[in-house]
Amino acid sequence: MLNDIMIGQYLDRNSIVHALDPRVKILLVILFVISLFISTTLIAYSLLGIFIIVSTLLAKIEFRYILRSLKPLIFIISFTLIIHLFLTKGGEVLWQWRFLSIEEEGLNLGLFMAVRLIFLITFTSLLTLTTSPLELTDGLERLLEPFRKVGVPAHELAMMMTIALRFIPTLLSEAEKILKAQKARGADFESGNLIQKAKSLIPLLVPLFVSAFRRADDLALAMEARCYRGGKGRTRMNELHLAAKDYVIGILVTVFLLTIVILS
Amino acid sequence: MESLIELKDVYYRYQEQEDEDWVLENIDLEITAGEFIAIVGHNGSGKSTLAKLLNGILLPTQGEVRVGGKVTTEQEDLWQLRQQLGIVFQNPDNQLVANIVEEDVAFGPENLGLPSAEIRKRVDEALRLVGMTDFARAAPHKLSGGQKQRVAIAGVIAMRPDCLVFDEPTAMLDPQGRQEVVETVEHLNRQEGLTVIYITHFMEEIINADRILVFADGKVELAATPKELFTKVDKLRDLALDIPQITELAYQLSESGLDIDTNIFTSTELVEELCLLK
Repeated sequence: MLNDIMIGQYLDRNSIVHALDPRVKILLVILFVISLFISTTLIAYSLLGIFIIVSTLLAKIEFRYILRSLKPLIFIISFTLIIHLFLTKGGEVLWQWRFLSIEEEGLNLGLFMAVRLIFLITFTSLLTLTTSPLELTDGLERLLEPFRKVGVPAHELAMMMTIALRFIPTLLSEAEKILKAQKARGADFESGNLIQKAKSLIPLLVPLFVSAFRRADDLALAMEARCYRGGKGRTRMNELHLAAKDYVIGILVTVFLLTIVILS
Repeated sequence: MESLIELKDVYYRYQEQEDEDWVLENIDLEITAGEFIAIVGHNGSGKSTLAKLLNGILLPTQGEVRVGGKVTTEQEDLWQLRQQLGIVFQNPDNQLVANIVEEDVAFGPENLGLPSAEIRKRVDEALRLVGMTDFARAAPHKLSGGQKQRVAIAGVIAMRPDCLVFDEPTAMLDPQGRQEVVETVEHLNRQEGLTVIYITHFMEEIINADRILVFADGKVELAATPKELFTKVDKLRDLALDIPQITELAYQLSESGLDIDTNIFTSTELVEELCLLK
């Protein structure tokens, strides 16, 4: 049951977006988010919307995956829309019922914020859909490297992410084993109210934690035995190389986004 | 021949237990390059502690440990020493670092600071030596125990060590996985000329060793070739160690009056012996 949980949401496709250097992709997503927050005009938003659609098509990702990424945030998006509809005042009164009213300004701003959120989520999820967790980690490590001097532990963060990704499936299958073992001894994980349910998780979490610590100990020993001594003097088997296409796409998209920002 | 590994008068106990017994006591050992040494002993006999002393994870309380001429207490030589002497541990899950097989094998060479092309070459070679080339892009958690342990071995040999230490590498594996690991170890020793120190409590796995050291209560109780050792059935029983089933059977048959050799390790050998009987 727990084994089927997918880590990240990476979809393996053979596309130009997938082949792009992860550093370029991360930077472009940051740039996109900034442009999204600066832009305010309808034209700018239409252009950004078209840009998302074109990127998705180029990445050969089906739109249902993009829509699926919106699902967990539907509540926040509708909440934003409703709050703005009823509470932001100004302009023509469009609808009135007793003390509740929707005014023009509220409708505009509400829709605007909702679209902003939708764009934000869809475009960032496009990054995780087209970049494997390993590439993402690598890209982040390399991007953070210049900040080492000011104390950003770039290598350590990347190593932590790698180990986390490696051990999530292991710990999940272990949790499942413990769950079954405790059930076999009559533990009840299903009935009762929320507090009782939370309490019943203790016999699952305690052994899981103990074993996680033991694993950490073993792993540290094994890493030291394999000459690990932090990021210093360490090289990589798969170095990231910027190719011509990375520069071309990077520059084109940057120019496009800058134009939108300047226009609005 | 010059010895690759040398233990002189080694004593060890954990620091916080000053008044306790030694975990290892008076160990004198010389291992020549290319040897296949097996170390057996029941739990708590100090055999795993020995593995950790060999690459400087633990330092001897008294005496000294030398690998390729370098002393383990010399901090500066420590990383070179660990490159020379790799350890494969018991739990296959807890020694793999990366979430892709080839990335994990590359972990050691990456730590050594080698150029990318050289790492690539070594990773491919190491995976080929353990027969895991087809799984290069697989995720470790999708592999069987034996396969994971072979990846762990590849991760160590990608550092091009002279000596491999195995600390009960098959204790958590099923019979199939054990077989895979034992075959890989024997191949690396015979074909690739790697020195092997193999710690285990399965006697069946070490019938091809050059020397077997039996540890008990932190001391070397017996040192012998497999042929010599397995004839001392009573002595081994005293030390609470198993002998291979076939050898035990041959021993019991000879005890009950059959005229057969007790130096037998495989069922084929036993069948041949039995057929020779009138």
